[in-house]
Amino acid sequence: MKLPVQLILGAALTVLFIAAVLLSFLWTPHDVILLSISEKLQGPSAKYWLGTDHFGRDLLSMLMVGARTSIAVAIVAVGIGVIIGVPLGLTAAANRGGWLDELIMRGNDLIFAFPSLVIAILITAVFGPSATNAILAIGIFNIPVFARVSRGGALSIWTLDYILAARVAGKSATRISAEHILPNIANLLIVQGTIQFSLGILAEAGLSYVGLGAQPPTPSWGRMLADAQTMIYTTPRLAMLPGLAIIAMVLGLNLMGDGLRDLLDPRIRRAKA
Amino acid sequence: MIALEHLSLSIHGTPILDDVSFDMAPGKVFGLVGESGSGKSMTALAIMGLLPRGAETSGRVMLDGGDLSKLRDRDLCAIRGNRIGMIFQEPMTALNPVKTIGEQVAETLLIHTRTSRAEAMKIAAEKLARVGLPQDKFPLGRYPHELSGGQRQRVCIAMAIALHPELLIADEPTTALDVTTQAQILDLLRDLVAEEGMSLLLITHDLAVVSGIADHVAVMQTGKIVEQGETEQLFRHMTHPYTRQLFEASGHQPDRAAPPNNAPMLTVEGAVRDYALPRRALFGPAPTFRAVNGVSFTMNSGESVGLVGESGCGKSTLTRAILGLEPLQGGNIRLFGKDMTPATARDLRARIQVVFQDPYGSFNPRWRVEKLVAEPLHLLPSRPEDWRNRVALSLEEVGLPPDAMQRYPHEFSGGQRQRIAIARALILRPDLIILDEAVSALDVSIRAQILDLLAELQNRLGLAYLFISHDLSVVRTITDRVLVMRAGEIVEQGATEVVFAAPQHDYTRNLIAATPTIPDAWREDIHA
Amino acid sequence: MLRFALTRALSLTLSLIVASLVIFAVIEVIPGDPAAFMLGLNAAPEAVEALRDDLGLNGSLVSRYLSWITGMMTGDFGVSYTYRVPVSDLVAQRLQVSLPLALYALILSTTIAIPVGLIAAAKRGSVTDYGIMGTTQLGIAVPNFWFAMLLVLVFAVNLRWFSAGGFPGWDAGVMAGLKALTLPAIALALPQASILARVMRSSLLETLHQDYIRTARAKGLSRRQATTRHALRNAMIPVLTIIGLQFSFLLAGAIIIENVFFLPGLGRLIFQGITQRDLVVVESLVMLLVFAVIVVTFLVDIAYAAVDPRLRRKA
Repeated sequence: MKLPVQLILGAALTVLFIAAVLLSFLWTPHDVILLSISEKLQGPSAKYWLGTDHFGRDLLSMLMVGARTSIAVAIVAVGIGVIIGVPLGLTAAANRGGWLDELIMRGNDLIFAFPSLVIAILITAVFGPSATNAILAIGIFNIPVFARVSRGGALSIWTLDYILAARVAGKSATRISAEHILPNIANLLIVQGTIQFSLGILAEAGLSYVGLGAQPPTPSWGRMLADAQTMIYTTPRLAMLPGLAIIAMVLGLNLMGDGLRDLLDPRIRRAKA
Repeated sequence: MIALEHLSLSIHGTPILDDVSFDMAPGKVFGLVGESGSGKSMTALAIMGLLPRGAETSGRVMLDGGDLSKLRDRDLCAIRGNRIGMIFQEPMTALNPVKTIGEQVAETLLIHTRTSRAEAMKIAAEKLARVGLPQDKFPLGRYPHELSGGQRQRVCIAMAIALHPELLIADEPTTALDVTTQAQILDLLRDLVAEEGMSLLLITHDLAVVSGIADHVAVMQTGKIVEQGETEQLFRHMTHPYTRQLFEASGHQPDRAAPPNNAPMLTVEGAVRDYALPRRALFGPAPTFRAVNGVSFTMNSGESVGLVGESGCGKSTLTRAILGLEPLQGGNIRLFGKDMTPATARDLRARIQVVFQDPYGSFNPRWRVEKLVAEPLHLLPSRPEDWRNRVALSLEEVGLPPDAMQRYPHEFSGGQRQRIAIARALILRPDLIILDEAVSALDVSIRAQILDLLAELQNRLGLAYLFISHDLSVVRTITDRVLVMRAGEIVEQGATEVVFAAPQHDYTRNLIAATPTIPDAWREDIHA
Repeated sequence: MLRFALTRALSLTLSLIVASLVIFAVIEVIPGDPAAFMLGLNAAPEAVEALRDDLGLNGSLVSRYLSWITGMMTGDFGVSYTYRVPVSDLVAQRLQVSLPLALYALILSTTIAIPVGLIAAAKRGSVTDYGIMGTTQLGIAVPNFWFAMLLVLVFAVNLRWFSAGGFPGWDAGVMAGLKALTLPAIALALPQASILARVMRSSLLETLHQDYIRTARAKGLSRRQATTRHALRNAMIPVLTIIGLQFSFLLAGAIIIENVFFLPGLGRLIFQGITQRDLVVVESLVMLLVFAVIVVTFLVDIAYAAVDPRLRRKA
């Protein structure tokens, strides 16, 4: 089977970032906790490949460690969305038209009225800022996204004859959801997962940028941008590099998502078969 | 005059049509018959110049001396809808859902002529009335979703004939419709041809339909016309083996043993099934729709019973109730004296199985055949050790090799999939199999094979069949008794031959009269 | 159509009630004593007591909720603890910046995205299409606040076409106000326009495959006529959904973008409220934002029914 170009490109970018994160646990070019003011704001050199920031920290090391926060927040937030949202969506579909379906979907609509930034504001106002806030805020907003996607996918499958055959074979709605529905909506969920992953990276950067996410000294791409803003006139490099890192990561995930959709879409596959 | 001359077509290099030639005369109906994939629809699209991307044609499509296949799209636009009209198979999706029927019919006039909008709407109203949608009942402001399938097909016809085209192409125009609606639409088409003096190119898979309406017939197989001629002559003196094969398959009579005179197995007494409809008022009880209304009948072991009726008559709802999937609001359904309800125990459920219509939607595409066929074993207390052998045996019984077990459903043709579905129904050795439109989606030759298989299994295993279908001719060949259902009620039941020969109820008479048949006299010549 | 609007309005009211309960619970119930929370650890007990009186915290939860809600409905959002002025005055002032900014961005994004999506669909598979798809793919990946910084760097610092931030107020003239909002609006609109253009393209391509397009072609419509007369309106249905959803992203995005450009909008107000632990401001502003999202969703539902006759009769 021929893989779509965008899938290869996207997967390559994603793998690159994940490898950089994994590497950062073992080794970074320089220590990111250690400040060395004497070497602040240096340009790229043999010692500091991407230069240093206003505290003399190595920018490349900061980017590697900052990727941890972004990726960790996004992954956990997608996890929350999947673990809570998918069962809700499947339950709603299994009870389609019933009061439980109605309740779940109205609950979804309600959460949709709270953009993740608003949830983050609410949490921060009461508990103070932290990376956990970012995870919760993005994760909660992910729940209705996954619930809707799984319900929509499940509804179209519930009308098919093989579901009726499974019911004739005495299988319960839960069992049918697990055996027949879930594997057949996995494609949708994987594609949606990569989209939400990339949205999570963007949202985390935004929250950290305005101070509602990761707090110093935890390096994060959003915080690096916030710190760099005042120096944008003198040292634009400090703002450019984290921004480009975010773009590359998100672009990689989106390309991978599109590629996966082309690869997994049964309509396209059937046409080729 | 419309004529195809040596038309060949390939799409992305795959040959679709091969040297197709025929003539159509004004005021006559030309029937183009073939099974799925024969290229009959592509022939129509080639005439219209609406072929998909990557299509390459050779040969000529002549309309009054001009070759349409040489025209640019702009010039074809002036001909489509004006000199050639076309209607399609699926009326439910053929109309734009966000425009009124008046606008859509008037559009044909507005596109091709310098008519004012008001004038176009006036003509649209006349055309709609002509196709049986008078203004007092079907005003121009109606939207497509407010009409039934048959009514939508009438709108499509009004659109296609609004400018008196010389040629009307109808691609399976009645396949998606009920038999009585089909008869009305075919009557309408026949009248229009006579009145307007246009040619009709009728494309269908159904020999019986063309035998009743077409003046000339061409039979298509894999992109070639294998035989054509004046309809009665062609039917009486068919020369090509494929034509004979089609003809025989369409009237195929499987060999069936007489049913044993056994004890009652399934009894349905006064069954009532209501559905809740969307609420009309914000508060207050939801209105209900009675899909099954006081149905009673009995089935004996080893018997084959047909349940016929048109779409929406409640036969699918009744099926689900008999399978014990949905509760009744009145009456009862008993299998071997025990109630079938959603709470029914598994051992009783194991005695009744089902085969569905759609060979594509019947299987989880991610499961291998062995797992699919084994699914009903879930009704046993535990999965038997020898389940694979049972699957293999079931597959053997329906004529599939054991290596089919490791394959996925998409690797099989429609007919083979129906065999897999039958194998799944057989694995528990049930007493009753419900065949829910089980052969309706199949081409006639495949259908004949499946009907033979069903008859053979019944003779050998003593199965009872509840054969649910909208197709009377099929029910007639495979059932001992028949039930006729309309609007949730059984209006007539009795021995199949008796009901067909002397129907008592008006509705049954209408159904039988509406069902297209090839005249018996034409058949006799073949066998002679 | 009227009944459709009424049922939707009922569900809108319900959503608003539940949303207000959630916000009330988070802000006034979870912290225990909001007054002590606002004043911090070292506050004198008398000061806390005085604030409790001030905020009316000595009543029961039910009466507090009711007075908050009825207050909001009559335009009384309470008094800001830090500013010592009615929150409604603050909001009215700040809305003059935030609302025009969100609308400006929405108009920019829609007027750019819809034609761009149409062109891409019309020229599917061409260099233009690939160019548009590539650009939008990039547009989605760019964080809008970073793009805002980039705009400042290029157009304010280097080219000096715009000022780097701040807002002169509408008193300085409509043009001056709009000019100050232009860079922020572009930054906000870019990712949304990219998404919208892609939705427009795929929706139109999907619609062009429908049976009724074939019917229209069989009637003698050219490809272009079939697209404009039949496909476009049907293709707009998913596009409307996205525009509705984007409004909440624009509101949220505006909060962040206001920080980049030092705009005196609701976003700045909220962040000041958080840092100064001014719960009265945060509570009312969050309710206002949620109210805006819910009302826009309602309007989109109504717009739906106007486009799609099949929805009008459904409750």
